Amino acid sequence: MIRAQQADQPNAESFAFRVQDLRRTYFMKGETVHALRGVTFDVLVGEYIAIMGPSGSGKSTLLNVLGCLDRPTSGSYLLAGDDVAQINDYQLSRIRGRRIGFVFQSYNLLQQLNVLENIKVPLQYQGLIGKDANAKCRELAEMVGLGSRLYHRPTELSGGQQQRVAIARSLVNDPYFILADEATGNLDSKTTDEVLELFESLNANGKTIVMITHEDEVAERAKRVIRLRDGVIESDELNA
Amino acid sequence: MIAQFFQIVDLGIKSLLVQKMRAGLAALGIFIGTSTVIWLVAMGEGVSYRAQQQILELGAKNVIVRTKEPNAGSEEEANSRVKAYGLLRADFRRIVENIPNINRAIPMRELKFELRLDDRTADTKLVGCTEDYLELNRLEIARGRWLSTRDRGEKVIVLASDTAKRLFPYENPIGRTIWVGSEFYTVVGQTKDRTASAAIGGSLDSRDYNLDAYIPIKTLRQRVGDLVMKRVGGGQGMNFVGEDVELSQITVEVEDIEDVDETAQIIETLLKKFHEKEDYAVVVPRELLRQAERTRTMFNVLLVVIAGISLLVGGIGIMNIMLATVTERTREIGVRRALGATRTDIIGQFLIETVVLTASGGLAGVLFGLSVGPIFRFVKKAVMTFSPDTLPPIVHELEPRIALWSVLLSLGISLGVGVAFGVYPARKAAYLDPIEALRHE
Ligand SMILES: Nc1ncnc2c1ncn2[C@@H]1O[C@H](COP(=O)(O)OP(=O)(O)OP(=O)(O)O)[C@@H](O)[C@H]1O
Ligand SMILES: [Mg+2]
Repeated sequence: MIRAQQADQPNAESFAFRVQDLRRTYFMKGETVHALRGVTFDVLVGEYIAIMGPSGSGKSTLLNVLGCLDRPTSGSYLLAGDDVAQINDYQLSRIRGRRIGFVFQSYNLLQQLNVLENIKVPLQYQGLIGKDANAKCRELAEMVGLGSRLYHRPTELSGGQQQRVAIARSLVNDPYFILADEATGNLDSKTTDEVLELFESLNANGKTIVMITHEDEVAERAKRVIRLRDGVIESDELNA
Repeated sequence: MIAQFFQIVDLGIKSLLVQKMRAGLAALGIFIGTSTVIWLVAMGEGVSYRAQQQILELGAKNVIVRTKEPNAGSEEEANSRVKAYGLLRADFRRIVENIPNINRAIPMRELKFELRLDDRTADTKLVGCTEDYLELNRLEIARGRWLSTRDRGEKVIVLASDTAKRLFPYENPIGRTIWVGSEFYTVVGQTKDRTASAAIGGSLDSRDYNLDAYIPIKTLRQRVGDLVMKRVGGGQGMNFVGEDVELSQITVEVEDIEDVDETAQIIETLLKKFHEKEDYAVVVPRELLRQAERTRTMFNVLLVVIAGISLLVGGIGIMNIMLATVTERTREIGVRRALGATRTDIIGQFLIETVVLTASGGLAGVLFGLSVGPIFRFVKKAVMTFSPDTLPPIVHELEPRIALWSVLLSLGISLGVGVAFGVYPARKAAYLDPIEALRHE
C-alpha cells in the first residue's frame, strides 16, 4: 500500500476517504457496461453524505467499491491514506472487517444467531472475543434501544428493530465510516425516522456516514448530497 | 485461538440445528458405518478369540498324530467287510524310540460304545488311555480318582459328567459297577464338566469331552480289542462293517516349543515309510494358531474395506447436504464476507460444520458400537428363550470382543470423511463473489 503524498489544506488524517477518477466497467458477452465513468470526490471525517440518482446510475456500484467488496477497473481509492483500489481478496476482507461498517436494505442479520451474537460477528473475524467484546456488544445494543431484546432471534424482531441491530453491528468495529445502501428502503415512515435519528446522533458524535437513498426526505437530512447520472457525478451540494 | 475454535464449533452446531432432521439423516449414514465396523470387528474378534483358546488347549508344545479313515482305494477294498487302517502300536514305539527331544508320547484309542446299567444306557465315546491323559487334556476329577499305573489291564472306568448323569441320575457312581459290552467294570472316578475343544484331524465337530468314559488303554486292547463292528443302514437290509484300528491318536509333547514344526516333519517322514495309504494326519496346534491368525487378519481387512465403502457412501451423502446448505446460505456467506470474513474463515466455518456433523454421527456410532456386548447378550437370551434350537452352537459360546483399533479407526475415518467431503462445499462457499452472494434470493 502506498502512503499518499497529499499536502492539501485539509491534512491527510482528516479525510475519511478520497476517490479519484474511479471507473468500473462490466464486461459481458459482446457488451461492456460502463457503470462508473470517472468519479472523483473527497469525504472528510465527520461528514454525512447521501448519494442519489436514478436507477442504474451506478450508486450501488460505487458503494461496492467504497465498501471494498469490489475493485474499480481503474482510478484510485485512498482509504486513510492507503490506496486500496487494487489489493487482493484477503486484504480487502481485512479492510472491510476493520474500517467499514455496512448497513443493508434488507438488514441481513444471521438467522441462527440472537441479537447479541449478531452484533458480535465482525469482532470474531478480527479475533476479538471475550468479556470486553461481550460488554461492548451489550452496550451497542442498549444504545440502539434493544437492551431488553439481547437474546431474541431476528425473526422475533420488527423490521425497524432488525435494522437497528444491523446498525449496532456496523459500529462494533469502530469503522472509519458507515456505508448504507437504501437502509430505510424497507421501512415505514415512522421507523425510517427512528433510524435516521440514530444516524444523526452517530454523526453528531463524529461518525462518517455515506448512504444511498431514493427519497428526497431522507436525503434532506444528510449534510451533503451527491447526485449520480450515467456513472458520473451530476451534482455535489451541501444541504442548507 | 482455542476460544475462537470453540466459537466456530458452536456456530457449526447452531447452524446444523436449524435443519435438525436433515442433519440427523446425513449423520445417520456415518452412524451406521461406524457402529457396523465396531460390531462386526467385535464379533470377528470374539470368534477368533474362542478359536485361539481352543487351539491353545490342544497344547502349543504338542504334535498330534491322528488316525483318519483313508479314502477308499480299489473297489474290492471298498466292499470288504473289515477295514484295517490307522496308527499302529508299532508306530507309537517307533516314535518313542526314534524322535529326539520329546518329553513324552501318549497313545490313545477311542471308539463309540454303549454303556449299560440295568435299563439305562449311555452312548459314549469309550477312551482307552494312559494316566497322562487327564493332565494332557486339562480334565479335572469331580469325585473318586483318575486312572493310575496300577489300573493297567484292570476293569476300572472313569465316567465323564454327562455319562455319569445318564447312568446314575440320582446316585453316586463311585464304587458301582456297570456293563461295558459283556463285562462288568467298576467306576472309580468322575470328571468335571469340560467345554468342547477345537476340531482337529479333519473333523468339523469340536471335541465334546462330557460324554466320555475312560478305561486303561491296556484293558481296552485286551478286553474290547481293536476290531469294532459298526451297524450300517437299518431295518431289513441291516449290515455290519468292521473297523480294525489300533490307535486313534498319539500326542507327542516336545521339550522346546521351537522344535514343534521340525518334530512334526520328522514324524511325518517316519510314518510315511510304514503307511501305504494316508490313514493318519499330523496336526500341529501351533500351526493351526498361525492359520487362525491369518484368517483373522484377512477377515479384518475385508471388514475395513467394507467399512470404507459404507463410510464413503455416507460421505457422499454428507457432501450432498453441505452443497445444498451452501446454496441455501449464499446470502449468509455474502454477509459474513462483507463483515470481514476472509475466504479462509468461510472455508473453516463450513469445514468445521461438516466435521461436526460427521463426528457427531461417528461418536454416536461408537457409543452404540461399544454397547455390542450387552445388546448381543440380550438378543441372544431373548432368542434362546423363544426358540432355543435356532442358534448354532458357535453363537452360544460367542462373546463379542471390542477391539480398540476398530473404535479409533472408525472415529478417525468419520473425521476424515468430514474433512474430505467438506472441502469441496467449503471452497465453493469461500469463492462465491461477495456482491453476488449478497444479492442472492
Ligand atoms: N454485475 C454486473 N454485471 C453487469 N452489469 C452490471 C453489474 N452490476 C451492475 N451492472 C450495471 O451497472 C449499472 C449500474 O448499476 P447499479 O447497480 O450501480 O445501479 P444503481 O444506481 O444502484 O441502481 P438502483 O437504484 O436500481 O439500485 C447498471 O446499468 C447495471 O446494469
Ligand atoms: Mg442499487
